[in-house]
Amino acid sequence: MESLEQIRDRLLSRYPGAELSILNNPSPSAQHSLVVGGSAAREIAAFLRDDPALQLDFCSNVTGVDWPDKEIVETTRTTIPDPAGGPPKLVEQKTKRIQPGYLEVVYHLYSMALKQGPVIIRMRTGNRTDQVTLPSLTPVWRSGEFQEREVFDLFGVVFDGHPDLRRILMWDEFKGHPMRKDYVEPDDYEWEPTPHDEVLAKAKAHYPAPAAPAAPGANAK
Amino acid sequence: MTNSPIVALHGTPAVAGGNAPSEICHSPLAPGGAHVRSVRDEFHGDLLEVSMGPHHPSTHGVFRMIATLDGETIVKLKPVFGYLHRNHEKIGENTTYLGSMPYTDRLDYLCSMTNNWAYALAVEKLAGQPVPERTEYLRVILAELTRLLNHTCLAGFLLQDTGASGTPLMYAFREREKILDLFEALSGSRMMCNYQRFGGCRVDASPEWLEAAKRLADGYNEFLDEYEALITGNEILMARTQGVGVMPRQLAVSAGITGPMLRAAGVDYDIRKVDGYGVYPRFNFRVPLGDHGDTYDRYMIRVLEMRESIEILRQAFAQLPSGPIMDPKAKIRGFKPKPGEAYGRIEGPKGEIGFYLISDGGANPYRYRVRPPSFINLTVLEDMCLGHSIADAVIILGSIDIVLGEVDR
Repeated sequence: MESLEQIRDRLLSRYPGAELSILNNPSPSAQHSLVVGGSAAREIAAFLRDDPALQLDFCSNVTGVDWPDKEIVETTRTTIPDPAGGPPKLVEQKTKRIQPGYLEVVYHLYSMALKQGPVIIRMRTGNRTDQVTLPSLTPVWRSGEFQEREVFDLFGVVFDGHPDLRRILMWDEFKGHPMRKDYVEPDDYEWEPTPHDEVLAKAKAHYPAPAAPAAPGANAK
Repeated sequence: MTNSPIVALHGTPAVAGGNAPSEICHSPLAPGGAHVRSVRDEFHGDLLEVSMGPHHPSTHGVFRMIATLDGETIVKLKPVFGYLHRNHEKIGENTTYLGSMPYTDRLDYLCSMTNNWAYALAVEKLAGQPVPERTEYLRVILAELTRLLNHTCLAGFLLQDTGASGTPLMYAFREREKILDLFEALSGSRMMCNYQRFGGCRVDASPEWLEAAKRLADGYNEFLDEYEALITGNEILMARTQGVGVMPRQLAVSAGITGPMLRAAGVDYDIRKVDGYGVYPRFNFRVPLGDHGDTYDRYMIRVLEMRESIEILRQAFAQLPSGPIMDPKAKIRGFKPKPGEAYGRIEGPKGEIGFYLISDGGANPYRYRVRPPSFINLTVLEDMCLGHSIADAVIILGSIDIVLGEVDR
């Protein structure tokens, strides 16, 4: 099978404007991945699927990773000559810089026809708040249908072009994305708005509460 | 080693088109738009929406399908998940690598041994941890016993779903219990085995245990013969399953279907052969493939796979070396793999079970992801059910072989 560099070079010659870079994996597994950026992701995915030398027809695993904002402290050391003529002073200056976070979607691709793989591609969102849209690869590999829904549900990545993007594991009324690193658990998991609550609210509007409290026991649940 | 990978299935006559009216069989992703019902005649009535589950006994747990019916024919079917969701992956991020090992038992609670192996394999890839040979053999033995157990149960459940109440399921459970007794003798627990470790396994198998396991494997063909005599040629089973829930090969590959379901559609892809993980390349076994991709093929593939598993078990017992079961350099306490990531997968009884791990150098994984085979196999449930009656949906679901502990995680 071709190396990831060869795949990248062929993709670049085919799609000259594509943003492609290789992310090296230092662990012994040596599963390096290809970071695909921009809007051409779906064409690139279709190329990977249809190319006769690769035939990555099997998208095994789709998952999200959350990389929150990181505070990076940089230390710069400067030497200042002493105006009094003594030895130069070494001054340390610490600057704080926020490296913006992003959400990442990882696809593990294999070829069933040629029995090779994996080729790992990743896509990254602009940030974690308002630029969270990525092109859906479900039109290329159907196996993304539920898995992208899961990433949408648990990480909050919006997949553009997904045929049925709804929450899948959490219920529809749920707020937030539990797999994000900064997710805070609610006090009460059990609460959810039910039709019953709406009925109660309606009833309140229709029948204003009586001026005097009712006799004890009358309102017992 | 040259193995002929293909076993043709016999006795499944092709059914022309099934009973699916072609004009309503739109795939949800067909370019023509989703679920457009063309008018068939002036007598078609209102559609009926039926919510099946999550408490329906035939949904194998807390699974729910919202089926839209035209008469008894399914025109739309949407699965609903999440009733057993506990965010397993988040819990995995908040505990140590080893701390997740017992919890993987609870994913697919019928196949804890293969879940353990898949997780151990992924972590061993991440850390570059070698495994002693004896453990590799023990893993194969336990994985193949798990495959026997799972497929036997599935055959029982499938028959139960078709209405063969009780008897076939009890035959299957009788055999399953024998395997669970072996697991209990080895690991201390019938189902929640928690047996594998990174770079080895927890306890060694005694000669008595191996003798008992060998006896079970040798006697298993006899049980299968009995079971097949009861079931495989059964006219009602054939009528209910042949031509029902046909999955085309193209769709199966695109939808990421794995395991016996994929091979029933005729795609030769078995991770034991493709990846050759563990010591599988040393064994001589064949990969059964289906011709039609219908429910009957999916049943039959599992029966044939069980026979191959028995062959693997026999070879593994014969070749089992002596030696240590843990790599002496393996770390149990203070296990912190270097930063990086790894995806490890094995051929579980239900399909490809994989674990994707990202390490940031700490004691807990930064990201812990389970690739659940039965969840992804459910992607095509609607495609297989469209045009069939609601009673067939139960059998089609049964032939996918889901466990909700894994689907919902």
